[in-house]
Amino acid sequence: MSRDQVSQRVEHAECRILHIDMDAFYVSVELLDHPHLRGVPVVVGSPSGRSVVLSASYEARRFGVRSAMPMSIAMRRCPTAVILPPHHRRYSEVSREVMRIFRSVTPEVEQLSVDEAFLDIGGSMRRLGGPREIGEQIRAEIQSTLGITASVGAATTKFVAKIASTRAKPDGLLLIPGDQTVAYLHTLPVSALWGVGAKTQEVLARIGISTVEDVAHTPVPTLRKLLGSSGEHVHHLAWGRDPRRVVVARPEKSIGAEETFSRDIDDSDVLRRELLRLAHRTATRLRASGHRAGGVALKLRYADFTTLTRSKKLDEPVDSANALYGAATALLTALGDRPMAVRLIGLRAESLETGGDGSTQLTIDRRDDNWRIAERALDDVNRKFGDAGVMPAGLLRPKGRQRVDGETHQGAEEMSTGTPAATPPAGYSRRPADPSGPLPDRAVTDPRTARE
Amino acid sequence: MKFRVERDVLAEAVSWTARSLSPRPPVPVLAGLLIKAEGGSLSLASFDYEISARLEIAADVLEEGTILVSGRLLADICRSLPSAPVEVATDGSKVTLTCRNSRFNLATMPEGEYPELPKLPAVSGVVDGDAFAQAVSQVIIAASRDDTLPILTGVRMEIEDDLITLLATDRYRLALREVSWKPSTPGISTSALVKAKTLNEVAKTLGGAGDLNIALSDDSELIGFESGGRRTTSLLVDGDYPKIRSLFPDKTPIHATVQTSVLVEAVRRVSLVAERNTPVRLAFTEGQVTLDAGTGEDAQASEAIEATLDGDDITVAFNPHYLSEGLGAFSSPYVRFSFTSPPKPAVISAQDDASGEDREDYRYLLMPVRLPNQ
Repeated sequence: MSRDQVSQRVEHAECRILHIDMDAFYVSVELLDHPHLRGVPVVVGSPSGRSVVLSASYEARRFGVRSAMPMSIAMRRCPTAVILPPHHRRYSEVSREVMRIFRSVTPEVEQLSVDEAFLDIGGSMRRLGGPREIGEQIRAEIQSTLGITASVGAATTKFVAKIASTRAKPDGLLLIPGDQTVAYLHTLPVSALWGVGAKTQEVLARIGISTVEDVAHTPVPTLRKLLGSSGEHVHHLAWGRDPRRVVVARPEKSIGAEETFSRDIDDSDVLRRELLRLAHRTATRLRASGHRAGGVALKLRYADFTTLTRSKKLDEPVDSANALYGAATALLTALGDRPMAVRLIGLRAESLETGGDGSTQLTIDRRDDNWRIAERALDDVNRKFGDAGVMPAGLLRPKGRQRVDGETHQGAEEMSTGTPAATPPAGYSRRPADPSGPLPDRAVTDPRTARE
Repeated sequence: MKFRVERDVLAEAVSWTARSLSPRPPVPVLAGLLIKAEGGSLSLASFDYEISARLEIAADVLEEGTILVSGRLLADICRSLPSAPVEVATDGSKVTLTCRNSRFNLATMPEGEYPELPKLPAVSGVVDGDAFAQAVSQVIIAASRDDTLPILTGVRMEIEDDLITLLATDRYRLALREVSWKPSTPGISTSALVKAKTLNEVAKTLGGAGDLNIALSDDSELIGFESGGRRTTSLLVDGDYPKIRSLFPDKTPIHATVQTSVLVEAVRRVSLVAERNTPVRLAFTEGQVTLDAGTGEDAQASEAIEATLDGDDITVAFNPHYLSEGLGAFSSPYVRFSFTSPPKPAVISAQDDASGEDREDYRYLLMPVRLPNQ
């Protein structure tokens, strides 16, 4: 049967793109475990004043609480909100189930994040019905098997589907028929367009453009002059044109982790220690996914929110935390004096490559190889005993001050007891600017056991 | 100020001095070349707080004086002038440069704001320029190009009496080269860490003029080189260089000797299939070495060449790039590989004939690639 025949039978067959987004995902999952909190303002995030809101219930949103808002502001706006610490492992489990449900509808699933995806249901309509039917089936299945709600947007293109799901929230479905797409878009403010952020909005507002309709009726050369190369793209979007297809396989381009400090940090030792922790987190994921990194990037956000990233290529691809840590601290050192304290620090492993032939380029520093062996042993221990908490001694904290998940070190003084006696590196130092400082890179798993 | 000089002489002098100008000068005056006309000669100088360069050339000085002009612009101009005498004269705050029918007016910068150039320390000794240049070219291949590891971007010069030892490593290989010199003070014992890039420039531009004076300051902050009326100083790299001499194994029970040119060619061919980061394997057995690269479903290549083996059979794997760069530094007809065991470093040295002794003045230590089964 040709597609034309399908369209005759199925209503709005042109709306083959669904965007499905869980409603307040983290909160919804937490509520499964804390049902008594239903109907109450709930915020997921660390209670420390410096971290950000990861997810807020719709009750909390009524007070003006939004995701990514600093926790301190959220608590001021909604002092009665119940704050729940995040449980990322649990969210991943639920997420896997959600994606499994999507894939039972169509293999054409492009996962965008833990709780949202695009689906191309073009090939599923004959079997399951039109976009509206399929959308409702998916919503019903998520609700009945997982106990959380999802919102669905259905449209002819990805970006309109995304707008539709946003407008359908919470617990709704919005279908924008093909012949009404432009009319619908033209009722929206310009900020609804993908890629139009605060800065672009400001630029456009200067010449009186505030709605999508305004954009649509602005000549492309004018937009290009204002917005550069993205001017044309924005114009296309304003007319509902978005040729991007649903892409199923999105191979991982990079793996990384970052941390917002509970207070701004000046101390390089604290920053390095955090990098060590991030390096271990990242390297564990690298090894678990069978990747090696050909490059490392360091990200810093200063107290005034200016953000910079610095990256470097590695001579040899690596999957060891020690190597990632070495490269990241070298980047940090190369920055020189920092203009102000650091709010957030992040580390990414980039230029990922898979496989290889299992061979390893050795270095003149035998500890590099020992580290790799020690870290593999660490993976085995953590795999066997769950996250047994085997970690570098440099990351240990004194008893009674265990790290709350998501919260970070309070300062250098707390850390000192956990750091072993300063071990000056035999041979060369990776931190030539500060050769006297201790390298916080001793693992609890005694690397001597791995030495020949 | 007014002087006249042949275009070829000026162009050569300007381009050598302007070489060490920073593309992003820390202060504007450091983009300039300081030109001083005095007596019958002209001195040109550049400085970027790290490296200074100075030379003197003979010129027809009509009026003495000092100017500071953009070095890059002056170098570009001199390069494109016809081969004829060039006349340079100040004209108020400008300087006029005339050569045949070409005429340039350049802005000058306040020479009073130009920092004082570091003095060349007292000469510590003399080395043959060619020998030094060759030694430098053999070690700098092993120096790191990673600026985030500043110490390893340097070449360590260890001076013990009449012997200079140059050392460089990027953690994957290590090169050691000894070169003799004539120290001013017998029994001198000192060391310096010089940026590989700087040393390379020195070797290339000062190595060809016979004797090369080396000057080390007592506070070990500065090194100076002088040859043929040209002198350059450079700040030393600060920090403790790793103690890498001990990495050369004391005992190497396995030795293999291979004809250099044959091996270079074989490595070049076989490593065509070694995609990024995959090693080339060398299996030494009695009478031959078999090279191969590539695994599994990828392309594969192998080649066997003649070799003399003294000791047990051994298979080692190397990054093909590090291996060929090292082999390329040998001009001897044969090279010797010295091994302890496969996952341990291998040392390459020069040998004049298939069965003789090796020379130890240049040694290239290569860290192997550990194969999955090793």
